[in-house]
Amino acid sequence: MSSVEGQVKGIIAEQLGVKAEELKNDASFVDDLGADSLDTVELVMALEEEFETEIPDEDAESITTVQQAIDYILARKVD
Amino acid sequence: MQLSDLQRWPGIAGQIALVTGASRGIGSAIADALALQGATVIGTATTAGGADAITARLEAFDTPGQGLALDVADAASVEACLELANERAGAPTILVNNAGITRDNLLVRMKAEDWDDVMSTNLTALYRLSRATLRGMIKARQGRIINISSVVGLTGNPGQANYAAAKAGMIGFAKSLAREVAARNITVNTIAPGFIESDMTRALNEQQIDALHARIPSARLGRPDDVAAAVVFLASEAARYVTGETLNVNGGLHMQ
Repeated sequence: MSSVEGQVKGIIAEQLGVKAEELKNDASFVDDLGADSLDTVELVMALEEEFETEIPDEDAESITTVQQAIDYILARKVD
Repeated sequence: MQLSDLQRWPGIAGQIALVTGASRGIGSAIADALALQGATVIGTATTAGGADAITARLEAFDTPGQGLALDVADAASVEACLELANERAGAPTILVNNAGITRDNLLVRMKAEDWDDVMSTNLTALYRLSRATLRGMIKARQGRIINISSVVGLTGNPGQANYAAAKAGMIGFAKSLAREVAARNITVNTIAPGFIESDMTRALNEQQIDALHARIPSARLGRPDDVAAAVVFLASEAARYVTGETLNVNGGLHMQ
């Protein structure tokens, strides 16, 4: 597991109150992890803080699964 | 009653409170009331001179706040003001949307800009300021948004179709946002003052004032402190289970 993947999963686990080691990459925040829409907003805020980046609303709306969050942050880090 | 007679209500001391339109009238009383409760108050005025006067006034309190210049109708101004507020005091957890204007006229004579200006300053400002402060409140798991509407938003008033529409719109806004953020310990409420002694009501003539008194069961105009006391309640932890509500402060003029 890359360090980014571990970090992202750690944040998701903390925000949504689930165990990081049990997080499947294809898990959907809303459908599988029980997040409501404001939870996903908070999750994006936490990712922004951790990775010191700003995630525009258009992008934030497309991040709906664990893997999408990891991919987004990885792509950002290459920029 | 003086505002200084109010005991300290729980949960206000130590908070950062942003009060728009704080240079005079109701907004000034609200800023003073929250400062007396121990909040650090950022009070806004449309001019730099007005902001300086607010700073001078707020320096008298135990937790000195300050005045900032803000045009609530201008998105860039809102952004700049919030940046300064965050830098100098911290992220606001109490937001009082009080700034308001009137551009009265019979609808048949009302210019489009009179409609637009009133909407932008009185209603769209809630969108701008709530968005600018909500993230901080969500993060803090603590927030109070209090909108100062008007009895006119509930009853209508000839010559004020724009003002009444904006003031009624604030109520629907508050109810919707209240539903969105209630689980984060953020409440969103509206106060609908009746006729309060202020620059707006000072424009009325004696005959109009007499006619008003006849319609108000309390037989007097309200005072800015009457509204400020209601803000203190809603801002406090005592009102933590009150959200999406519209509180009439009108001497019985209109009852829901």
